[in-house]
Amino acid sequence: MVKNDVKVLGAWPSPYVMRPRIALNIKSVNYEFLEETFGSKSELLLQSNPVHKKIPVLIHGDKPICESMIIVEYIDEVWTSGPSILPSDPYDRAIQRFWAAYVDEKWFAAMKGLRSAQGEERKAFLDQVTEGLALLEEAFGKCSKGKAFFGGDRIGLLDIAFGSFLGWLKVTEKLNGVKLLDEAKTPGLVKWAERFCADAAVKSVMPETEKLLEFSKVLAAKMKGAPPPKN
Amino acid sequence: MASSAMVTANQLIIMAELKLFRTWSSCFCLRVVWALDLKGIQYDTIFEDLSNKSSLLLQYNPIYKKVPVLVHNGKPLLESLVILEYIDEIWKQTPLLPEDPSERATARFWAKFGDDKVLPSIWNAFIKQGKDQEEAIVTAQENLGCVERQLTGKKFFNGETIGLVDLAFGWLANLLSVFEEVCGVTLIDHEKFPLLLEWIQNFADAPIIKESWPPRDKLITRYQAFHEVHTSKEAPK
Repeated sequence: MVKNDVKVLGAWPSPYVMRPRIALNIKSVNYEFLEETFGSKSELLLQSNPVHKKIPVLIHGDKPICESMIIVEYIDEVWTSGPSILPSDPYDRAIQRFWAAYVDEKWFAAMKGLRSAQGEERKAFLDQVTEGLALLEEAFGKCSKGKAFFGGDRIGLLDIAFGSFLGWLKVTEKLNGVKLLDEAKTPGLVKWAERFCADAAVKSVMPETEKLLEFSKVLAAKMKGAPPPKN
Repeated sequence: MASSAMVTANQLIIMAELKLFRTWSSCFCLRVVWALDLKGIQYDTIFEDLSNKSSLLLQYNPIYKKVPVLVHNGKPLLESLVILEYIDEIWKQTPLLPEDPSERATARFWAKFGDDKVLPSIWNAFIKQGKDQEEAIVTAQENLGCVERQLTGKKFFNGETIGLVDLAFGWLANLLSVFEEVCGVTLIDHEKFPLLLEWIQNFADAPIIKESWPPRDKLITRYQAFHEVHTSKEAPK
């Protein structure tokens, strides 16, 4: 595969951008990483994702593929010689897709709420986040069936979906002075997180927590200074 | 405590091969009905009253407590788009998704866009009033414009036959005219959205699809009630 036949448009802090990069690493596919400048959108991004104007975008040949988990499934379907990212059994596939959607639509939504909330609202989001982690701990037990990852022996769809948020999870723990992944309450996930972050497909794209912490401050400052959002 | 008769009934339900928990009107449930019917699959239906959810539903879907739930050989499947992909993988006739990976990615993209952007923006246009409604309509029409372009040169989003994206947008065919009648605004007109209007007609007329069309008069009553609740909340003081 020619290196510049596969491009990923993205940015290093984004958990969504991590997902296709991990998937491509699993498949040993070389790709060019085109980093967007924070605060602006390149012509290429606007052309290849005109609907959302968001990263990540995978450009394969001349075809843009958008939406991180849709990109991951695309990568799994195209590069069939590498290890599979989705399980072969349709029910197991449905379970992985269900939990991946849960992580994005419910759990991370609560994590984002936690970032800017105060007082009672903050406690409510924190409760939602910890309840979600309890559910994911249980899901881990069922999906992994005693093995290292949600996907079994190797990283799979749900590992990628949830694991990509671990950097921001650690930042949230530091900023809020809480332990979200806890040896007492979520022992399975604690060990899973260590294995995930240490995996060869993940290591090179998982940002260091200190760098993310610094970036979160830049992001917070920008959001405070930004004009009020249009509805 | 369940009586022995109830336990037997539950056991029968669990043993039967395919069961769909649904309501009469939910378009998320209709997606699953249409998918199964298009593929000619036999299944049992359990109609749920969402104001009084059955213990089985809560057992199968403890996280969201919602319909649709498809139970296959005792194993529950949740979330309509996840269920559609499962159905397509198990029963290969009348495929809902194309074979080519980039076309599959495109289909998944538009199904997601429909649920994440189009549906909430149309709902907003339906429940808001005055200037808020005008702005909501602008957003809804921008989203619909993206969708309109996807129908260029095609009868259905999937081409000549109905597929995943068509089923995902079924709510639009079903409810658009209901919303427009209840709140007295035109969201989709012939000048700006000729392809979408044609698609709505083709979809509503399609065999199998039209056999499970919820009665329009019941939908009007239902959404009139929603409209009253929301617009009385939103009314300026």
